[in-house]
Amino acid sequence: MGIFQRFARIPLKSTYIWSLCRQYSTDLTAVDRALIQHRNPGAAPPRLPFSRVTQEDLAFFRTLLPGRTITDPDLLKSSNVDWLKTVEGNSEVLLRPKTTEEVSQILRYCNERNLAVCPQGGNTGLVGGSVPVFDEIILSTSLMKQVITFDNISGILTCQAGCVLENLSNYLEERDFIMPLDLGAKGSCHIGGNVSTNAGGLRLLRYGSLRGTVLGLEVVLADGRILNCLATLRKDNTGYDLKQLFIGSEGTLGVITAVSILCPRKPKAVNVAFLGCSSFQQLLETFQCCRGMLGEILSAFEFLDASCMSLLEKHLKLTNPITESPFYIVIETAGSNATHDEEKLHKFLEEVMTSSLVTDGTVATEATKIKALWSLRERVTEALTHEGYTYKYDISLPVEKIYDLVQDMRGHLGDMAKNVVGYGHVGDGNLHLNITSPSKDPALLAAIEPYVYEWTSKWKGSISAEHGLGLKKRNYIYYSKPSEAVALMGSIKAMLDPKGILNPYKTLPDNIH
Amino acid sequence: CFAPFLCLRPPQIRVKPDRTGVVTDGVKHSMNPFCEIAVEEAVKLKEKKLVKEVVAVSCGPQQVQETIRTALAMGADRGIHVEVSGKDYETLGPLQVSKIFAALAKKEQADLIILGKQAIDDDCNQTGQMTAALLDWPQGTFASEVTLEADKLKVVREIDGGLETIKIKLPAVVTADLRLNTPRYATLPNIMKAKKKKIVNVKPADLGVDVSSRLEVLKVDEPPQRQSGVKVETVHDLVEKLKEAGRI
Repeated sequence: MGIFQRFARIPLKSTYIWSLCRQYSTDLTAVDRALIQHRNPGAAPPRLPFSRVTQEDLAFFRTLLPGRTITDPDLLKSSNVDWLKTVEGNSEVLLRPKTTEEVSQILRYCNERNLAVCPQGGNTGLVGGSVPVFDEIILSTSLMKQVITFDNISGILTCQAGCVLENLSNYLEERDFIMPLDLGAKGSCHIGGNVSTNAGGLRLLRYGSLRGTVLGLEVVLADGRILNCLATLRKDNTGYDLKQLFIGSEGTLGVITAVSILCPRKPKAVNVAFLGCSSFQQLLETFQCCRGMLGEILSAFEFLDASCMSLLEKHLKLTNPITESPFYIVIETAGSNATHDEEKLHKFLEEVMTSSLVTDGTVATEATKIKALWSLRERVTEALTHEGYTYKYDISLPVEKIYDLVQDMRGHLGDMAKNVVGYGHVGDGNLHLNITSPSKDPALLAAIEPYVYEWTSKWKGSISAEHGLGLKKRNYIYYSKPSEAVALMGSIKAMLDPKGILNPYKTLPDNIH
Repeated sequence: CFAPFLCLRPPQIRVKPDRTGVVTDGVKHSMNPFCEIAVEEAVKLKEKKLVKEVVAVSCGPQQVQETIRTALAMGADRGIHVEVSGKDYETLGPLQVSKIFAALAKKEQADLIILGKQAIDDDCNQTGQMTAALLDWPQGTFASEVTLEADKLKVVREIDGGLETIKIKLPAVVTADLRLNTPRYATLPNIMKAKKKKIVNVKPADLGVDVSSRLEVLKVDEPPQRQSGVKVETVHDLVEKLKEAGRI
């Protein structure tokens, strides 16, 4: 019943270019199934039959959270729109609990009333996963910002889910530690959101992913049950590791209310080198050389292309510190001994300069200069927002293929796109492909998708390396996961959230129901 | 052309337990931002072929050599490291530094001394002026623009009322202000070249300068801790609290 009803309600306009799919040898049955139902797989599906918020509901919330039940449309506006300003919902209620107990009561109530809930942290997500699609109640972690404990021997930090990443970094730095992750959105994103999306970031190369550094979670389930797995132990092999289910689940299996995370010591010496390469092949060889000569002190290896640099110069008035090159690399080292690290770094730089792998570069050892060099990589996203509408793709590929995708897209799109740029965590095999046009252009979108996903699937890559699926990419899951896996995900969702009230329309494809 | 500059300590400041100064152990030294601008200006003059040679000078302990190397990587031709360490370095102030610069300027027969207007660790804003006085040279301080016109220097100075333009004869002392230029990044090929440039070691005694201080620091204190604010519910309460605090 469900599938066909929805199918009938979607107006079938012009032909969908899924003949492109046929060109590539991927498992297409599941793909066909997902795509065939939707003219635009990234757009919102029809509203599911959840209850609507009544005056009685508001009275309950106002009693539970006095002064923290927001219904003013002006105040709700910013929580209804995502950071990229590409997705907007119509929620009429924003709730700001302070404690896990309050979150539990909210969910228990919403589950009984069949009210949909959209958990929201810093609202910096890039796939439309953090804002409501329709009138889901927004459950914000913004007032859950307490640090609970910090042990400076083990380096284990326990805090509420609404702590802003940058604030945690500042707290830890005073105590000679750092967070194991760092991303451009650090000034706004919440640690709960980071964990829900299994955020990657600039330090993954050195400290690994949240799946390794998160030691415990406190989660409130859809029916209000509080799951306290907030262990602060480095090693604990007692039963199934439930927290791994919630990490990266994008708020669809439970609401994370507290996190315990293992933090590394603050490095005594940090150096940043900004290098220019004349080809991607040389960039890769520089990476190999870097791994060999800098090894254990390497903490980041990022790249950006010449198009990114010109956007930074044009819109943000940043200066290119070296001569113009087709590719730029940002290398960061972090270690416990400044002289030791500088010696290693200088030997490496001498090697790549004399062997001409690198055509030019500069080094920074001092805080303000380091910040200036990092901003050349961190602010590319910001520079792109000034170019109009950005189509963002966060792809994992075998490292040698990363730039082939950018060049291929340029050829494929021709004049239709204003900019096609590539940058990202090349050390992790993660490309951020961005395409801009002056305004939203359905013809351009049709040319990009599913071409870019087919291309990725062909090379066994991931269609979403670190951004998650959210609303925009939920139906493309089959490009990177087999249908049996997706079906099992559906079973787990049905078991933990039978009414489907937690962040509906996100992460799992529409045909899962 | 002389580009003497100062090394300074970075932002995270902690007062020593004996309150005689701030903690400098294990803390990274880097070039004073205004002095960096001075070095850039000197290099620019050389690139315009208006000066023959740029010598970078700094006074301090061993670590200072690294910052001299940065100046060399930016384009200075050679460096002079005036070795001052330990207790002497802790009490080294503008007067002693000016004496050192004046002695060096005479020895090297410099025509122009460019330095930062002030060091961001002590904010004294005295070295440039004292150096000029000791040498009896004219000075163009807080320079936001420097132009060579025949044998004179036209200097646009940033002053409280706006901008003042003066013409001074060479040899002269110029101190750099923020808007004089934007220092270049030292690029790798230049960093490599700089390794081969010479840095000469000199002691203050060799220049006939006594670095003992005539000043005694009595105490150093942290600024008073900021009190947390108080939230009130109504305007009436606000007025009451302000009255209580004697503010209205």
